[in-house]
Amino acid sequence: MREITATDITEAVRTLVKACGRLTPSGKKALAACLARERSDAARFALSTLLENAETAEREGLALCQDTGMAVFYVALGQDVHITGGLLNDAINEGVRKGYAECGWRASVLDPLTRVNTKDNTPAIVHIELTEGDGLSLDFLPKGFGSENMTRLFMLTPSAGILGVEDSIVEAVRLAGANPCPPVVVGVGIGGTAEKAMETAKRQLLRPVGEPSPDPELAALEQRCLDRINALGIGAQGFGGDTTALAVHCGKFPTHIASLPVAVNVQCNAMRHSHIDL
Amino acid sequence: MSNNKDFIRIELPISPAAAKALRAGDRLLLSGELYTARDAAHKRMYEQLLSGGALPVELTGESIFYVGPCFAADGRPTGAGPTTSYRMDAYAPTLYDCGVRATIGKGDRSPAVYDAIKRNGALYLCAIGGAGALYAKAITSVSVAAYDDLGTEAVRRLTVKDMPVIVGIDSSGNSIFGG
Repeated sequence: MREITATDITEAVRTLVKACGRLTPSGKKALAACLARERSDAARFALSTLLENAETAEREGLALCQDTGMAVFYVALGQDVHITGGLLNDAINEGVRKGYAECGWRASVLDPLTRVNTKDNTPAIVHIELTEGDGLSLDFLPKGFGSENMTRLFMLTPSAGILGVEDSIVEAVRLAGANPCPPVVVGVGIGGTAEKAMETAKRQLLRPVGEPSPDPELAALEQRCLDRINALGIGAQGFGGDTTALAVHCGKFPTHIASLPVAVNVQCNAMRHSHIDL
Repeated sequence: MSNNKDFIRIELPISPAAAKALRAGDRLLLSGELYTARDAAHKRMYEQLLSGGALPVELTGESIFYVGPCFAADGRPTGAGPTTSYRMDAYAPTLYDCGVRATIGKGDRSPAVYDAIKRNGALYLCAIGGAGALYAKAITSVSVAAYDDLGTEAVRRLTVKDMPVIVGIDSSGNSIFGG
């Protein structure tokens, strides 16, 4: 049994949220490669602006994107850990409260019906997975909502097969068009229940951009979808161009004999992510 | 900007003649004053107009930037890129008809917005979504103009210098967006 204090978790979160000011290394590499092969003049303008923006944000402590997101956390909590001095969720929310204010990140969270803002970007969205051992790791994924609004869930029937899955993924990106700030990363969750499919889709956005699935069949599906998406010609910012998606990341989970769920959750070009092990 | 050879420098507010002369795809550097407004401010302005009231600020000839900026504790903007424009499509034709010369956001617009732009000899300008830091740096002064209670969604008066945009829809209704 190992004790971890709520204060330690709050401090870790406070540090993690600084990531809203940084493009991930794999994201930066993917955008640079995208610019190098882009033939559309307007898309090149967008891509070079984004790369310059990433450097400026990091150098000057500014937000990569003013939509510093809803704060999504993936917690891997060892079963031999005892959290003391408060609740895990409260500790995370306190870290968000402090960190967002200190960095000057935006308070974007409000009541869905009254539209009254909580003014401190809480509550965070917290996914907790119990694991072996006495460690606690946190992944922070700030999720902007220009892209989140383009989320789709397809409850396909088994007859649709893998081609139906592929068509759904491409269709989701086509319908999103310029709105999710392409070039995007497409997170896909196949199987499970509706909410499991969606959780799986978003979790794929934690992978380094372009890292293929370890499952050969999923890796092949990712490549086929990517080729078809980039043939759509939507391009950076929807200005027309060669790259609409930088990568497609697919994950799967067993599902019911009656269904073939496909969830699509899109990551905009402002790829931000941080990780810490306590 | 790293590739600034093709930029046209435009002073805000944009004159009717300048608006008519610009073409979809033209890259601009905007300098001068504009207003910010996004979802909540649009809804409130629209409801005020519907109930026979007046707009909280005079928008004739003005440009509206769809942005919800973030600020450091000292008031300095830390991020100020565009938000997705289609969410304002329900309100934009009415505001163009009230004299708004340009809106600035990201993503394509509805057919009704295209019509309003043509009808008014107006413009839709695209800022680069995701470039929050660069747009924050283009702001030289900021003040709340209306709806202070809306926080980041308040209507603000910004002064900008060399703010990079590309003409998304020109006054003839030509668009940079495919399809």
